Amino acid sequence: MRITGWSGGLAVAGLLLAGCGGGPGGGGKISDGGVVLAVLNDQSGIYADTSGRLTIEAVRMAVEDYRARYGDKAVAQKIDVVAADHQNKPEIANSKAQELYDREHADVILDVPTSSAALAVATVARNKKKVFIDVGAASTELEGKSCNKYTFHYGYNSYMLAHGTGSEVTKDGGTSWYIVYPDYAFGQDMERTFSAAIKAAGGAVVESDPTPFPNDNFSTFLLKAPGLDPKPQVLGTMHAGGDLVNLVKQYNEYKLRDKGVQLALGLLALSDIHSLGPDALAGTRYTTMWTWSMDDQTRAWADKFQARNGKRPTSNMAANYSAALQYLEAVQRAGTDNSDKVVEQLEGHTFEDMFVRNGTIRAQDHLLLHDAYLSQVKPSSEVKEPWDYEKVIRTIPAAEAFQPQPDPACKL
Amino acid sequence: MLQQAFNGLVGGSFYALLALGLAVIFGMLGVVNLAHGAFYMLGAFGAFIALDAFGLNFWVSLALVPLLLGVAGAVLERLFVRRLAPLDPLYNFLFTFGLALILQDLVRREYGVNSQPYPRPRELAGTVDLGLFTYPAYQVFVLAVSAVMCAVVWVVLTRTRVGVIVRAATERPELTRALGIDVGRWVTPVFGFGVALAAFAGVLAAPMRAVNPLMGADLIITVFAVVVIGGLGSVFGSVAAGFAIGLVSALGNLYVPALSQILVFILMAAVLLWRPAGLFGREEAFR
Repeated sequence: MRITGWSGGLAVAGLLLAGCGGGPGGGGKISDGGVVLAVLNDQSGIYADTSGRLTIEAVRMAVEDYRARYGDKAVAQKIDVVAADHQNKPEIANSKAQELYDREHADVILDVPTSSAALAVATVARNKKKVFIDVGAASTELEGKSCNKYTFHYGYNSYMLAHGTGSEVTKDGGTSWYIVYPDYAFGQDMERTFSAAIKAAGGAVVESDPTPFPNDNFSTFLLKAPGLDPKPQVLGTMHAGGDLVNLVKQYNEYKLRDKGVQLALGLLALSDIHSLGPDALAGTRYTTMWTWSMDDQTRAWADKFQARNGKRPTSNMAANYSAALQYLEAVQRAGTDNSDKVVEQLEGHTFEDMFVRNGTIRAQDHLLLHDAYLSQVKPSSEVKEPWDYEKVIRTIPAAEAFQPQPDPACKL
Repeated sequence: MLQQAFNGLVGGSFYALLALGLAVIFGMLGVVNLAHGAFYMLGAFGAFIALDAFGLNFWVSLALVPLLLGVAGAVLERLFVRRLAPLDPLYNFLFTFGLALILQDLVRREYGVNSQPYPRPRELAGTVDLGLFTYPAYQVFVLAVSAVMCAVVWVVLTRTRVGVIVRAATERPELTRALGIDVGRWVTPVFGFGVALAAFAGVLAAPMRAVNPLMGADLIITVFAVVVIGGLGSVFGSVAAGFAIGLVSALGNLYVPALSQILVFILMAAVLLWRPAGLFGREEAFR
């Protein structure tokens, strides 16, 4: 099927290109005989369940949907999905990215959680002049001083998390905060952005403490919280994964909610709610870029995903699906997989899909602006089906959700 | 402050239980069991699986899981550790390290890296009034049970015939053998017991800590520091150091949070400079 479609598709592609008149000479506009999408992420470490292998499946679903939409008219007739494990280490991410671009002929690298690894890949993308769409990392540096012509940041960042949760909870009356954060780059970045957001919304940070990483005993910080002067109304935690689960279990042990200290989370994945049970977190507010149970469109996709993989998708998987699809759409519009031409198509593009609502890729810094959601964990009495733990309480419009202005440090 | 100190002791109970198992094994076999953290993790997962697949509650798990893992530990000693014991200690070092990685990855393959849910036992969901402050009942229980467990081991080692044999075999295996005691017979149950202690700590941890494949690997590094501070192979030293380190890290977190990451290791370095065999160890313990 692929073989027959290939020659026909090439002819159509040729015609289309002839019509566009773009690019030098005739012949194939797709380099190395096909488009290669590469997923570079954590397949065995702490992000293996939120991103990992199922993210690769999500990208394959995007390829199938692209084929179904364009059929013989698709510019990219032969599309391969390849993957590599970066183990969250920047040096491995660096060498894997080079390998993917050079040896596997990857046209785009997707996902790359862990900010230090993402920044390393951004540098490789700049040097190789190949497209990189980061989904998994939170650092705003990707669209700040480390931005470049070939790098895009897609889905969420620490600004979105901090301004969603920090400002909203503060405006809601939780004006004094005690922040605890894991003592590494992500935690420190989150602590800074949250503090800024809380202050901007008229609140105050009573104190903020770094915690060891990884850590399984948060009792010191939890016991200290109600005794601070002035007493904080909100305990803000910037932890992820196992550390977050430890912290929340112990927060409940010490009954801090009964002592008037609410919990607000910097980052919460669907799987964390499942680990803790919804009642451990019921009522907790946090910001997310997407939830599978949000509306009919997301549900339909989540059903398809579950039928295929036996699980509900995380927001990261959905974001990678969307990033892959939008990349292929840009190839379709450009009529080629030439990086400069595809970047031109992505810049300033306005669109919607299953994952993105009111989306624009800002041309100045390559940050995807789209709606984000202030969400709340449902109590178990409201949970109607497995994995149905989240409730959107407010949509944060695209213009407010992300940095309103591009960082002046970004020179593409 | 008092509450923080108490709290440090609760954290210290896990260190003490784990360090105790390590010390007993090292003392008897001269083996540094790097898979100890993995057995702690398996203990917690054992409790999770018992509840999830068989509906067995926390109390049943607390007895059953350490028993099963203890037997598994004994089998492991018979099949592998024993064969490697006469060789360079590095062989068992590598064996237990490799075993830890294999166990971790097997669990990860099956359950992923995310934490598994495990509720607190209903009987201990409340808080207790301790006079000066109230405290979560479950944590008071953890402290009490660990203290009793350590005390029992101590009494068995010092006051019973079995204990005398084990201690004698630990310190002078050749001489003990010369007195007509079959030292080899005691090695297997002691290894199994050490493993069971790790599993016991794991079950205790399940309701209050994140149950995931890496929970043991994260904790065991600190426990090794504890054992070194207490004195390798010293049973009393490891328990005392366990509780002491719990206390020190709680207060360290409170007063110098910036140092909390490395405080234990600074302490370890200082103790090693001052007393190379650890606080309660004797030089000759290193054969």
